[in-house]
Amino acid sequence: MTDEVFTDHIVSVLVHNNPGVLSKVTSLVTRRGFNIDGISAGPTRQNDMFRLTIVVKGDDKSLEQIQKQLYKIIDVVKVVPIIRSRMVGREICLIKVKAIGAERHEVLQIINVFKANIVDVGTNGFIVEITGDSDKIDSFLALLESHQITDVARTGIVAMNRWERTFKETGR
Amino acid sequence: MNGARIIVESLKKEGVDTVFCYTGGAVISIFDELYKHGEGLNLIQPRHEQGGTHAADGYARSTGKTGVVIVTSGPGATNTITGIATAYMDSSPLVVITGQVASTLIGTDAFQESDVTGITLPITKANFLVKNIKDLAVTIKKAFYIAGSGRPGPVVIDIPGDIQRQDFKFNYPDTVDLQSYRPKDSGHPKQIKSAIKLLAASKKPLIISGGGVNLSNATGEMNDFLNKTGIPVVHTLMGTGVNPEDENQFLGFIGMHGTLYGNYAIQNADLIMAVGVRFSDRIIGNPNTFAKNAKLIHIDIDPAEIDKNILTDLPIVGSAKSILREFNNLDLAIDISEWKNELSNYKNNYPLGYEKSELIKPQYIIELAQKYFPENSIIVTDVGQNQIWVAQNYRIKHPRSFLTSGGLGTMGYGLPAAIGAAVGNPDKQVLMFAGDGGFQMNMQELGIIRKYGLKVKMIVLDNNYLGMVRQWQELLFEKRYSGTDMEFNPDFVKLADVFRIKSIFLKDPKEADAVIKELAMSNESMLVHIAIDPDENVLPMVPAGKALDEVLTKL
Repeated sequence: MTDEVFTDHIVSVLVHNNPGVLSKVTSLVTRRGFNIDGISAGPTRQNDMFRLTIVVKGDDKSLEQIQKQLYKIIDVVKVVPIIRSRMVGREICLIKVKAIGAERHEVLQIINVFKANIVDVGTNGFIVEITGDSDKIDSFLALLESHQITDVARTGIVAMNRWERTFKETGR
Repeated sequence: MNGARIIVESLKKEGVDTVFCYTGGAVISIFDELYKHGEGLNLIQPRHEQGGTHAADGYARSTGKTGVVIVTSGPGATNTITGIATAYMDSSPLVVITGQVASTLIGTDAFQESDVTGITLPITKANFLVKNIKDLAVTIKKAFYIAGSGRPGPVVIDIPGDIQRQDFKFNYPDTVDLQSYRPKDSGHPKQIKSAIKLLAASKKPLIISGGGVNLSNATGEMNDFLNKTGIPVVHTLMGTGVNPEDENQFLGFIGMHGTLYGNYAIQNADLIMAVGVRFSDRIIGNPNTFAKNAKLIHIDIDPAEIDKNILTDLPIVGSAKSILREFNNLDLAIDISEWKNELSNYKNNYPLGYEKSELIKPQYIIELAQKYFPENSIIVTDVGQNQIWVAQNYRIKHPRSFLTSGGLGTMGYGLPAAIGAAVGNPDKQVLMFAGDGGFQMNMQELGIIRKYGLKVKMIVLDNNYLGMVRQWQELLFEKRYSGTDMEFNPDFVKLADVFRIKSIFLKDPKEADAVIKELAMSNESMLVHIAIDPDENVLPMVPAGKALDEVLTKL
């Protein structure tokens, strides 16, 4: 049980890639009173289709309303709510971190534990790439916090529902 | 064929007969083609693009056809915004074609450039920027299809000047298939059966007839359903025109300024079937107390309206016309005589009314208009007190015969919308009511009434105030009439005279009968400027956010 009215919801939206479709979707979500916490977009196997993954804050009732409103945009083909307990979600994050002298070793250890990759090495530090769910990335960032992070770029989440229901979805 | 000609030929293919258009630099090619090849198209040029858009809206609402607007880029396009937003809120079908600067200049802050698709994004059902001549005809086809089908609404097509001048083969598609837009017409049979069961079990059923009934031309089906079942009916502002045979069944208009008996019926019903209603705040008051004893069946073509403002017990998605037809094919026997007696007693005990006075009461003028104008007249209002007085007191018995800006509440709507209605209905009388404030917001359109030989009857109810806001100031702001005093109003009789329109001033109630009769009988356009009782208010009134039974009958 939770007293919080507002929780994060993730919706996956399949759209025709017509000009302005991204602004149509984001403007609608904002106009109906939702905050967008994250959005990512990319092409699909069909040439003219794009998939958007949007993280919004709202209660369950308003999530349903958002789905219906999204369907009113002519370019929106399909709206799929992503269910937390069935979700596979991934983000990529690039982190530019300062690491000089003895620090280098410490940073490398954290990177190894998280199976992150170093994609650029400089005399003053690294650029690290990490892929995973948002929690993993948050913890990784928290551990690197004691070192000097100079830049972070996150893609925002992309997500799908699993083939099978692996967790009980009832209750709560 | 150049792009401009393709536009003109596409309009003809769509069966368009009337275009509300205002020329300018970015549509000069289209106007040239209209000049050369516009046979069969009635071109109406307003004095301002806002007026033209409202006129197209009034034309669309009164005829059921899609209204067409052509304007130039930049200011021409931005002037249509209020008209587009008005149409969007009331689901009125419009296709607005805006010229745009040449595609090579887009994004350079060129002369008369504005981001029309960006600006109109939240107030259109769809909008398009045509960047390639090969997409032009199919885009126009899509625009008309989207505007007029499902839940209707305005669609904007922004067409750069160079596209209008490029050549391409004209090939107008017969149909369009949009993978992501397939409005549902018929309701789910199981849901309809469940609804019939709920109705049969109900002791106190009530129908709310909404704008969707007018939009889907379902008033006949609605009346049949009411006559067959005897269930009492109320309507929203946009649902005006419903007309059961038994007058006792008819409980008028509901909401903030609804009749006492209409709102009483809502609060005491045990089952409400709402048809084509979007449950706006002006209808429901406090959502937590609205129809608190009733189960709700909600019929709407737009799934997003289900559970939006009021939670539904039984939704049916589809067009009002097709679903009501299904209802009429099924058997439904109910005995609700007790409930009907309760309501008709209430109606008799708490009628609408007004005090007689030395000054002219607007309600009296409405009574006289009803007496002298033919029953099938199209009644158009502006926004404010004039609008609600008419909605409460004018008993309109035909669909698409009450034109008013309901959702957006656009002052200045009345005159141009009446002009649009007159263009589309030369065989009917068109009667406009406006206040002294709203009339002045688009009074320049008086200029086209004589130009196009239109017949528009106009009543300006002048209380020298922006009366509806003044009323709120009386109620909530201790009579501090800030910004609502209309001193230095023009002489409306002289104003009409300047535009060569017959006009008369009225302030003596004893002369009212003859003047309104003259207005109704007049063979030409005429304006009656009426000094009404400046203190008259719109009552009853449910203050914003209150329950429908927390009603004021005096301020």
